[in-house]
Amino acid sequence: MLTIRQDLVDAMVAHARADHPDEACGVIAGPDGSDEPTRFIPMVNAARSPTFYEFDSMDLLKLYRDMDDNDEVPVVIYHSHTATEAYPSRTDVSYASEPEAHYVLVSTRETGTVDGPYEFRSYRIVDGVITEEEITVL
Amino acid sequence: MAIEVRIPTILRTYTDGAKLVEGSGATLAEVLADLETRYTGIHERIVDEAGLRRFVNVYLNDEDVRFLDGINTAVADGDVVTVLPAVAGG
Repeated sequence: MLTIRQDLVDAMVAHARADHPDEACGVIAGPDGSDEPTRFIPMVNAARSPTFYEFDSMDLLKLYRDMDDNDEVPVVIYHSHTATEAYPSRTDVSYASEPEAHYVLVSTRETGTVDGPYEFRSYRIVDGVITEEEITVL
Repeated sequence: MAIEVRIPTILRTYTDGAKLVEGSGATLAEVLADLETRYTGIHERIVDEAGLRRFVNVYLNDEDVRFLDGINTAVADGDVVTVLPAVAGG
């Protein structure tokens, strides 16, 4: 189960809307071992694509160094789908490499850049297997 | 020559949980081959026939080795190699 603060949910949705129709992506880091997302880190989608996202390689190095320095881990790894449902694609599964992270998907397919309904779901992806999990918003 | 290699979470199953290991060699390829002698299986998670795997980023100190000489990048005593899986998807 993912337990997450409302303001962090809002921040991910706002990022997804701002970057629509391209995919938005980022991390919410938290203290190692806590499973609690606390530090919101929007990332640039180096692919700038409506169907693909990738953290820039130098941004990725800096992100992991900063988390290491703070004894943090990527508790949430999020990205948006802009034309399809908030469910991991085959590409998402093939790249997923943080077995302890919550992979959060936001879909902006219904409302694009404006306020309104959105899909927000969370998954574990371990050894190529997707398991959806409940979300508790605080 | 001692090269410090930083191992990502997903590959620590090969290093008994260690985040940091030491390797030796004059190039990245030699260091990864040296790691394989102690951490069996780790090599093929980083390297395939074509070179470094698409899903894996490898850095020498502050540089992505794709912008250096890739798997043939020269390394020296005291260098730090960082292995990080790409964060990407569709």
